[in-house]
Amino acid sequence: MTDVADAFKHGKAFIPFVTAGDPDLETTKKLVEAMVAAGADLIELGIPFSDPIAEGPVIQAADVRALSNHVTLDEIFAMVKTIELPRPVPLVMMTYVNPVFVYGAEKFTKKAKECGICGLIVPDEPYEEKAELQPACRKAGLKLVSMIAPTSGGRIRMIAGEAEGFVYCVSSLGVTGVRTSFSNNLPDVVTAIKQATKIPVAVGFGVSTPEQARAIAKFADGVIVGSAIVKLVAAHGRDSVPYVSDYVKSMKDAVRSED
Amino acid sequence: MTNPEGRFGIYGGQYVTETLMNALIELEAAYKKYKNDPQFVAELNDLYKNYAGRPSLLYYAANMTEDLGGAKIYLKREDLNHTGAHKINNVLGQCLLAKRMGKTRVIAETGAGQHGVATATVAALMGLKCEIFMGEKDMERQALNVYRMKLLGADVRCVKSGTGTLKDAVNETMREWTNRIADTHYVLGSVMGPHPFPTLVRDFQSVIGKEVRQQMMAKEGRLPDYLIACVGGGSNAIGLFYDFVKDEQVKLIGCEAAGEGVDTPRTAATIATGTVGIFHGMKSYFCQNKDGQIAPVYSISAGLDYPGIGPEHALLHDIGRAQYVPITDEEAVNAFEYLSRKEGIIPAIESAHAVAYAMKLAPTLPKDKIVVVNLSGRGDKDVAAIARYRGVDLHD
Repeated sequence: MTDVADAFKHGKAFIPFVTAGDPDLETTKKLVEAMVAAGADLIELGIPFSDPIAEGPVIQAADVRALSNHVTLDEIFAMVKTIELPRPVPLVMMTYVNPVFVYGAEKFTKKAKECGICGLIVPDEPYEEKAELQPACRKAGLKLVSMIAPTSGGRIRMIAGEAEGFVYCVSSLGVTGVRTSFSNNLPDVVTAIKQATKIPVAVGFGVSTPEQARAIAKFADGVIVGSAIVKLVAAHGRDSVPYVSDYVKSMKDAVRSED
Repeated sequence: MTNPEGRFGIYGGQYVTETLMNALIELEAAYKKYKNDPQFVAELNDLYKNYAGRPSLLYYAANMTEDLGGAKIYLKREDLNHTGAHKINNVLGQCLLAKRMGKTRVIAETGAGQHGVATATVAALMGLKCEIFMGEKDMERQALNVYRMKLLGADVRCVKSGTGTLKDAVNETMREWTNRIADTHYVLGSVMGPHPFPTLVRDFQSVIGKEVRQQMMAKEGRLPDYLIACVGGGSNAIGLFYDFVKDEQVKLIGCEAAGEGVDTPRTAATIATGTVGIFHGMKSYFCQNKDGQIAPVYSISAGLDYPGIGPEHALLHDIGRAQYVPITDEEAVNAFEYLSRKEGIIPAIESAHAVAYAMKLAPTLPKDKIVVVNLSGRGDKDVAAIARYRGVDLHD
C-alpha cells in the first residue's frame, strides 16, 4: 500500500498539482500518469471548488473551467480509480473543507481511500478545527496534511508536533500563484518545523522555475508546484500532457540536483 | 482544538487558512482587552453619539399602523445614522480597535455599498488607508455608493470572479488579508466569517436592541411583542435581537431575501433553501449543492445577495428562538414604495424586506400588540434600481 511518506524515500521530492476536471477528467487522468512517468514523487489532485479562497487567479480559473463542465465528486473518484501509474506514487487530494463536510466526511474519506488516495490537504481547516475531518481520515487510513505559514510563529511547534505524512510549508503570504520571491523567513520556518518533527517538509505556493525549486530543495525535503502547471493546462487544454510532462521532468531534475 | 468561545452550538468556528490564524488570535486578544476598557468604551460611545448620531430614533409609524389596522408598528431608525445605515455601529468599533492594535490600513467587502461607505467614512475620520472590495455586478447596481467611497478617499477594487456579488467580494477581501496582515485589519461587515468576527460584530451592533429596550420602556412601559429585521449575513438583525434573546416572550423574526421565490434557483433565502456547510470561515447554513459547491444566489438587494447566514442565527433557528421567513423581490419592492408613500420614509431595499413582513404580520395581530421593525438603512441608493425594476429608465 502506497503511503504519503513514500514520496520522500528517494531523495528530494517534486510534488506537482493539477485540478481534477480541468479541462476534463480524461485529461486529468493522462496528466497524472504522465507526471508520474516524468518523475513526480507525489501527486496533489485539486478538487475544484466554487470559492477557492486560498487560490490565486490561475487556479481559480481552473476551478471555474472544471465546474463549468459540472464535474462531480463521484466522477472524480471514479476517474482516480482508473489511473494507471507506471510506478507506485502516493496521490493526495487538495480540497476545501466544505465539499468533504457536505458529501459526508466518513463517506468522502472512505471513497477516497478505496480509489487509491492516501492523504488530504485542506487549506481552510487549521489546527484548531482538525477535529472536523481527522477522525474520519484516521478511520479511513488517510493522512491529513498540516499546513504551516510564514505567519505561524509560535504555532509551529504545536502544529508540526502533531503533523502526519509531511508538513506543507507555505512559502509566502497571500494565495497560490507564480511569484518571483518568497518570504524572507522561509528557511527559518523550515528549520523551526524540522526542530519540531521528524516528518518531511515540502514547500509550496509561488514556485515555478527550476532555479527556485533548486534553491528551496537546499533546505526543504520537497517542492510543490501548482499554478505553473495549471497555466500549461490552461494554455494547451487536452493537448497539455507533453508540455506538463517536460516541465515536470525539468523540475524533478532541479530538485534531484540538491539530493 | 476548536475555540469554544467561537461556537454557537455546532456553528461558527475558525475555518481559515493557517496564514490568518495568528491574525484572528491577535484580534480576539485585542477585543477582549479593550471591550471593557473604560477609555475604549467611552471613546466608542462618544463616536456613537457625536459622530454617528446615536441613539437612533424609535419612531411610531402611525399612518402605517392605522392603514394595516392591527398591531402598533414602531420603526427603529438606523437609516438616520451617519452614512445612512446600521453598518457604522460596527465599523466605528472595529476601526477604533484596529487603531489600538496599531493597524494603519483597513480593507472591507461590500455588497450594497453601505458597509463600504461606512468603512471608507470611518477610515477618513481616523486617518486609516482604506480599500473596499466590491463585486462587479454590485458596482453596477450601486454606482452611487461606489463614487461615494471614492469621494471619501477609499480605493474601490472591482471583483470580477464568481457571480460578481457579495460572496465574491468576501473571497477577495480574505485573499487580500492573507496577502497583507501586518499593517491591515479586515473590517468584516456582518456577523459572519471566522471567530471572533460574529461575536465582535454582534457586540458592536447590539447597541440597536439596547436602545430599543430603553425607548420602548419609555414610550410604552413594556417590551415589544415582535422584532423584525432583514437578514443577509444578519448583523442588523442580531443587533436588534441580541438584547432580547433572554426575553422569551419577545418574538424574533428574520426576513431572508427570497429573490424570485424559494422554489426557484434565483433566491438567496439561506435558512429556507440551504443546508449546513463550512464556508467563509464558519459552519452555518449555506445555499449549496450536494457536492458542497456554493450556489450562485440572487436577490434584488445587493446587501442580502449572500449564500450564507451568520452562525448565531443558525443556532437561533435550530433552537426555535428566532423564526426566519422568506420575502420575495416583489414583496420588498412593494414595501419600499408603501413606506415611502405612507410614512414619507424611503427604506433601503434590504430593510424593505423587514417592512414587507410587518405588512403581512401586523393586520393579523390585535391592536394592543407591538411590532418593532429595524429600518437598517435608507433607500436613496436604491432609487435607480427600483425605477429599473418598475421599467422606468432614469437619466441623470
